[in-house]
Amino acid sequence: MTTTMEPVRVAVPASRGLLDRVLKMRELAILAVLVLMLAATQIDNSAFLSQQGIKDLLLNATILVLVAVGEAMVVITRNVDLSVGSVLGITAFAAGDFLQGGGNPLLAVVLAVALGAGFGLLNGLLVSIGQVPALVVTLGTLYIIRGIDSIWIGSREITAGVLPTGFIDFGHNGLSALPYLAVLAAAVLVAVAYFLRNYRSGREFYALGSSPEAAGLAGVPVRRRILAAYIACGALAGLAGALYLARFGNVDSGTGSGYELTVVSAVVVGGVAFTGGSGSVYGVALGALLLTSINSVLPSIGVSSVWVQAIDGILLLVAIAVDRILALRVAGILRKRAAETRSARHG
Amino acid sequence: MTHPEPDPVPVLALEGVSKSFGAVRALRGVSLQLFAGEAHALAGENGAGKSTLIKALAGVHRPDEGTVLLDGEPVVFHGPADARDAGVAVIYQEPTLFPDLSVAENIFMGRQPRRSFGRVDHRAVHAATADLFRRLGVDLDPDQPARGLSIADQQLVEIAKALSFDARVLIMDEPTAALTGSEVARLFGVVRSLREEGAAVLFISHRLEEVFALCQRVTTLRDGAWIATEPVAGLGEDDLIRRMVGRDLDELYPKLPAEVGAVALSVRRLTREGVFTDVSFEVRGGEIVGLAGLVGAGRSEVARAVFGVDRWDGGEVEVAGKPLKPGAPSLAMAAGLALVPEDRRAQGLVMGMSIERNIGLTGLRATSRAGVMNRGSERSRAVDWAVRLQVKYARLGDLVGTLSGGNQQKVVLAKWLATSPTVLIVDEPTRGIDVGTKAEVHRLLSQLAGQGVAVLMISSDLPEILGMADRVLVMHEGRIAAELDRAEATEQSVLAAATGVTGRAA
Repeated sequence: MTTTMEPVRVAVPASRGLLDRVLKMRELAILAVLVLMLAATQIDNSAFLSQQGIKDLLLNATILVLVAVGEAMVVITRNVDLSVGSVLGITAFAAGDFLQGGGNPLLAVVLAVALGAGFGLLNGLLVSIGQVPALVVTLGTLYIIRGIDSIWIGSREITAGVLPTGFIDFGHNGLSALPYLAVLAAAVLVAVAYFLRNYRSGREFYALGSSPEAAGLAGVPVRRRILAAYIACGALAGLAGALYLARFGNVDSGTGSGYELTVVSAVVVGGVAFTGGSGSVYGVALGALLLTSINSVLPSIGVSSVWVQAIDGILLLVAIAVDRILALRVAGILRKRAAETRSARHG
Repeated sequence: MTHPEPDPVPVLALEGVSKSFGAVRALRGVSLQLFAGEAHALAGENGAGKSTLIKALAGVHRPDEGTVLLDGEPVVFHGPADARDAGVAVIYQEPTLFPDLSVAENIFMGRQPRRSFGRVDHRAVHAATADLFRRLGVDLDPDQPARGLSIADQQLVEIAKALSFDARVLIMDEPTAALTGSEVARLFGVVRSLREEGAAVLFISHRLEEVFALCQRVTTLRDGAWIATEPVAGLGEDDLIRRMVGRDLDELYPKLPAEVGAVALSVRRLTREGVFTDVSFEVRGGEIVGLAGLVGAGRSEVARAVFGVDRWDGGEVEVAGKPLKPGAPSLAMAAGLALVPEDRRAQGLVMGMSIERNIGLTGLRATSRAGVMNRGSERSRAVDWAVRLQVKYARLGDLVGTLSGGNQQKVVLAKWLATSPTVLIVDEPTRGIDVGTKAEVHRLLSQLAGQGVAVLMISSDLPEILGMADRVLVMHEGRIAAELDRAEATEQSVLAAATGVTGRAA
């Protein structure tokens, strides 16, 4: 048999980066909607994007961005963490209680992060060792943590008055229009994105979500990675809890209740597929920014805020519909290209 | 054929290994020795324990009894990563890729070259992948996502993955099932050079001629037990089959002449954009029509469109003179069509359901009254067909996933035959099935044709096409390139049409 060892060179146009382009398109689409919405609002109400206006937009988004980035890590591994709202509530109160007793603000933040990581560890252990579906496990811990929260806090609440002024200032001030909290969230965002893109363990998160069986056969330490994703998610929810305290100064036993749904919306709108293995945290941050901005946009163009939730829901459905249509189109493109490559190869 | 004397100490070996899954004893005291510089074949019917043996070597399963020896020392592999680190590369029968990730990432997952601070060196990953593909003579883009690759291309990615670390032991479980002749030749070239460089190779294939072409020694398993280990030289195909089956085989292609009736399936100018074009053919009652062609020629896609799984863009399909609606499998079923798909694990069966329920899926209407299922009649329907096809099972309530490949295929057949179809489309009915079951499936198809069923059989197994079909349709690049009578159809004429040498000008 005389087969030449030189491969048949086939011109495959636009194959390179097709995936990248589609993903970028996804992120660009959210960015476009966001910019369009803000621009339209600005035209309608010129006070909207004042220095204070921008600062408010960023401040509002900060906490959601942090929690959503953590959630995205879990969703990328084809799991979900529904307990983030409860974790945010209990860590915010823990940090407040510690500060109320005269604790160091930095230590309070560390405490909140550690407590969050601890709950993440619990979720991760239940999901990875217990092999129980994440939806059920974290729904359980959602209620358990909320229950602990209620028993511990009772009718007490933390108010801004009992907190150190430096801590509250940190939560409100910034470099002109750029709040400190947003800088912190952006730093976390960039770090997580860099980790997911450039580290073996980060890539393994995607591998795991894309095909758990294949990941096992490729020697990916499946349980350890799932555990790590949950710990990171819990830690970020804890950090968000501490920042929530700094920003709002007011925490009671209901804080963060129902927040998990907003978080999951931000993740999905941001383009992280619920089936795992795809999406980026930048997209998720944009999704969070989009969702929180709507809350500010509607009042400033004179729409009643009762519409906010309905519009969030519509946005969610649109995002999923767009994903589905894109996926079908990509499948079509791949199909056509496969046919072209094939005829080029055999022709 | 000359090859270096095997090193007396085997690189990797199993000694008295047993493994059970529940009541099923998959391996019973099996020993196997793989030497550097030698290609070793593993033969046996499906269900003989070959896959379990591989998984024991690869660290997926830990043996219940016996030991794994690496360079003569006992080792325990705690997982696939351990085996990989010891230099054992495995190409599994079913490609296991990450659909969302690029081909390059698929190959180097967990082992990516790194730069400073442990960061993945994406450029090096890309370059190394391009290099591997060049070595294999494969034309794939390293940055392309694995999703959308054909099975053959997926298999090539798996092969590249196994080659990517300098394996001391290369294990290949049916790597050639989906490959074309030239791709197989190229793979063998690479395997031979690896072997000459001192790697030990363990090779599994149901194509016995490949075993003879590539390997020096062969170990045969039957029912989880070791039967023989012997040099390939001096062994005939018949000898090997006898060891595998444990008895002399009846005729492998028991084709009976059948009376050809009226046109049962008529396909006219069927087109699905970018997949197949202008496909026309007829199948008559009592006839077995073979559909041959290379992998990717569009054969399965035609079958899927005819059955209504995929839509078509143009043309028409008639069953017994009545037109079928596009994209409606339930109407196709009602019209008497049945499709036994190519991939029994993903398309033919619900792996997490019992044998009984899998067979029952095609008869939910027949076995229920006013929407409420009657478990008794479902069961008796399943028993009836499972017995007729001689499915080997412990209990009907067992998960279908616990059966061997051949028995799974019989369950798929049972599931469809239970609908009493007038037109039966079978796609690769004997892929990955042992010789014994293969002959049984052939006998069954022949019987069905004798009863007046129109059979359309898609197969990449040329002897099967030539042995079973009354007429052969050959597809090439999405078109019917030739239609050959049983008398005209030879290995040469079919291959020529399939590769585009005859038929339309290429």
